[in-house]
Amino acid sequence: MNVTRRGFIKISGATAAGIAVSGMGFDLSPVKAHALTLKTKDAKETTTICCYCGVGCGAIVHTGKEKGRVINIEGDPDHVINRGALCSKGAALSQLAENKNRLTEPMYRAPGSNVWKKVSWDWTLAEITKRIKASREASFTLKNAKGETVNRTEAIASVGSAALDNEECWIYQALMRSLGLVYIEHQARI
Amino acid sequence: MGSNAAENHPISFKYVTMAQQSGGKVISVDPRFTRTSSKSDIYAPLRSGTDIAFLGGMIKYIFDNKLSNEEYVVNYTNGAFIVNKDFSFNDGLFSGFDPLKKSYNKSTWTFDNDENGVPKRDVTLKDPRCVMNILKNHYSRYDLALVSRITGTSEADLLEVYKTYAATGARGKAGTIMYAMGWTQHTVGVQNIRTMSIIQLLLGNMGVAGGGVNALRGESNVQGSTDHALLFHILPGYLKTPSSPIQTLADYNKRFTPESKNPLSGNWWQNYPKYSVSLLKSYFGENATANNEFGYSLLPKTEAGKTYTWLDIFDDMYKGSIKGFFAWGMNPACSGSNAGKVRKAMAKLDWMVNVNLFDNETGSFWKGPGMKPSKIKTEVFMLPAAVSVEKEGSIINSGRWMQWRYAGPKPMGNSRPDGDIIMELGNMLKEAYKKDGGQFPDTILNLKWDYMTDGKFDSHKVAKEINGYFCEDATVNKKDFKKGDLVPNFTFLQADGKTSSGNWLYSGSYTGDGNMAARRGQEDAPNNIGLFPKFAWSWPLNRRIIYNRASVDLKGQPYDEKRWVIKFDGEVKDGKYTTSKWTGDVPDGGWYALQNPDGTERSDGKLAFIMQKEGYAQIFGPGLADGPLPEHYEPLECPVEKNFMSSQRMNPIAPVYGTDADLFATCDPKYPFVCTTYRVSEHWQTGLMTRPQAWLLELQPQVFVEMSEELAKLKGIKNGERVKVSSARGSLECTAVVTKRFKPMKIGDGIVHQVGIPYNFGWRWPVSGKEESANLLTPSTGDPNTRIPETKAFMANISKIKRG
Repeated sequence: MNVTRRGFIKISGATAAGIAVSGMGFDLSPVKAHALTLKTKDAKETTTICCYCGVGCGAIVHTGKEKGRVINIEGDPDHVINRGALCSKGAALSQLAENKNRLTEPMYRAPGSNVWKKVSWDWTLAEITKRIKASREASFTLKNAKGETVNRTEAIASVGSAALDNEECWIYQALMRSLGLVYIEHQARI
Repeated sequence: MGSNAAENHPISFKYVTMAQQSGGKVISVDPRFTRTSSKSDIYAPLRSGTDIAFLGGMIKYIFDNKLSNEEYVVNYTNGAFIVNKDFSFNDGLFSGFDPLKKSYNKSTWTFDNDENGVPKRDVTLKDPRCVMNILKNHYSRYDLALVSRITGTSEADLLEVYKTYAATGARGKAGTIMYAMGWTQHTVGVQNIRTMSIIQLLLGNMGVAGGGVNALRGESNVQGSTDHALLFHILPGYLKTPSSPIQTLADYNKRFTPESKNPLSGNWWQNYPKYSVSLLKSYFGENATANNEFGYSLLPKTEAGKTYTWLDIFDDMYKGSIKGFFAWGMNPACSGSNAGKVRKAMAKLDWMVNVNLFDNETGSFWKGPGMKPSKIKTEVFMLPAAVSVEKEGSIINSGRWMQWRYAGPKPMGNSRPDGDIIMELGNMLKEAYKKDGGQFPDTILNLKWDYMTDGKFDSHKVAKEINGYFCEDATVNKKDFKKGDLVPNFTFLQADGKTSSGNWLYSGSYTGDGNMAARRGQEDAPNNIGLFPKFAWSWPLNRRIIYNRASVDLKGQPYDEKRWVIKFDGEVKDGKYTTSKWTGDVPDGGWYALQNPDGTERSDGKLAFIMQKEGYAQIFGPGLADGPLPEHYEPLECPVEKNFMSSQRMNPIAPVYGTDADLFATCDPKYPFVCTTYRVSEHWQTGLMTRPQAWLLELQPQVFVEMSEELAKLKGIKNGERVKVSSARGSLECTAVVTKRFKPMKIGDGIVHQVGIPYNFGWRWPVSGKEESANLLTPSTGDPNTRIPETKAFMANISKIKRG
């Protein structure tokens, strides 16, 4: 019989709920009783792929019912690449999500200022739109010196990002190209 | 070589140790005795930046001992092609070198064709101008003694590595290479990888199980972000960026659609117009029509001959021509080579948008070491992004497995998924141009931008757009489709506007059968080699091992019967195949095998390397900027005055930038030690996603410089003391780690010391502000093909810190 760890948990659960000693051949009720006290008991389970290197290990995220925050992330035993194992970074994934050092508000730094100022999303995105438009208006090239149509701006550049999902990468490059950017680069170049 | 998988890709190394346990030999070649070296059967040290010399010696060994797989070379590579009689190589330069322009005219790097325009081949490999003989001749100079003088590797170590690795050329054996930035970040980066590719082709190791040339991606989605073209020179799916002279779609498609005169060549890129037109349909939706060239004129055109790479961005920013800058999920203040120049360049911007999880050295550059905030006019918008577990979408790993992730918690505080930020910014820009007009608003106004559901970014909508739709009712490949149907895969894409696809390679990933990337099937393929075809999805067409038609002989039967990848399983009548069927992995094209079981040739088979115009893998590679065969050159900064191989000290066409921040010192007594950079297991890239974490920072709290006991003695440095490491460009304080892992090397007639620094640090985290980036030291020069910076081999000094 080929039993994965998650399959094993299911079987053992059935065992504890029914006859004390059955299919598994030994009594798991003490383990089951302990499992009931685990903090992941009522948590939402979602699968994820580690956000660090390119191996693509699977992990299971437990999100607590009460606060809606991550209470545990561990290797996914049914993932065919890592089979539940994680490296030092992967094992610390929950600290990436639950971290007091995270940015949680848009911030703005004015010219010459020595401080960050907390700002709203609406204001920030509107101001960025104005900056993009101003730089683009001042630099946009319809035709080059040879008279060829080029429709580009060389005054705005973008780097990023291999940290985005595929779908985000796709819309990001579409947006940048639609503005006429040609300086579009990211981690893969370095 | 070029990677330290045990430390930087630890879970991948599980499979290396499994292979070792079943009798495989693990070879580690690295300037430093790494954790990978400690698990290896053979360890050989080499001087940073000398990989081509090391591997060139292996090519010579393979020829000297007749260890190449000739059947494979003749049938699947251009080894039998006849090279132009005017091609030459002399004292480090290939024919066509222009010393003024520092570039090559490649008109002699060509092959002789027959009367039909098909390259001539000498299958006996006797013609002195056939690729194999040119290759043999080229590497005849790479003898053990000379290679050892350049690399510092002992002749005995070289021989042991060569002998062990070349043995994988035998039928039923396989050898593979795991490389990473240790190979790419050089002025000869592309040619480092080419050298190994040539070895793999000589040994018949491409396309087979346990073979290949494997790039270990350092970021979870750097494969995907490359596929989706966050690079100046490509559009999604490796289509070309249009440049200024290419003014029409017809011209664009004509230039980039290769034509082969050989009916046996699959020449897959002949489908180019189907993919380019489908991409334009995804960009511009119903606004893209045959009458307006599907919106081709709306795309920005790069200036012909000009490069817009990472190094160019910061060079031009430093010179003041770039006014606005997005650093989205990136930290160039620490990740960019010559980081001091990068930071100064950012002070010349009008504005910067920095999107990240944490405050970082880029967004806060204006208050970093040596900066005077009052003098810096750059406005900075720093936007808080959601963590990967707080959003839904896919990423693709080093093996091209596209895997779906789900949202657990909601984004913390007021942070937002990147997708939401991008969509909202797009909406506002569209609104602004619609309302007030402006310079050429056509592209932004015509961009299809309907990827939100209930006001939020919807990754499923984009994943479907990337896969592609039928834009009208159509019958393709004898199947009927309705407008709005998802395209089954890229073999259904059309060049007439009937289909859309945001990236043809991903066509087949999200179809009428559902989201393929989300699959979790546990069963293996019939060949039982760990392909797991129903777990996630891989491009192209869920093929797990590319070039797999080179794993079988001409009759379609596997070279390795035990660990086969695909096999031709069609019916046979009178010694001839009568039906076409492959089993195992998805084959590289479903055509017949090239020969029947009775050995007769078929006219409907195809050559193995379908992405190459002529169908053959390229041992002789005329496409590169710096030569059709790899040649050893010294790094820009090196410890020897002369290249022992030729009069060309460094790659003659490597780009060198010329601002006052681009300082270089080679063979300079002020910077006597070879320095390289690397990573530690506990930190990721510049450390931005790991340094703000308590556990990982406790495990690796400080930037350190690793050096040999001999060098420490020479400089009077004790293990654990803080020292200053400097190069021509900058300096930083590091903790000295005195170790047996580095050893002095004999290079030429002298002794050379090497040191190394992890580049995972930066002043913002830890909050002490004392742990800086190793990239303050590295030079802004790079490979002439890719302009990847040369951060793996440069010259530095180490000195004690005198505290008052």
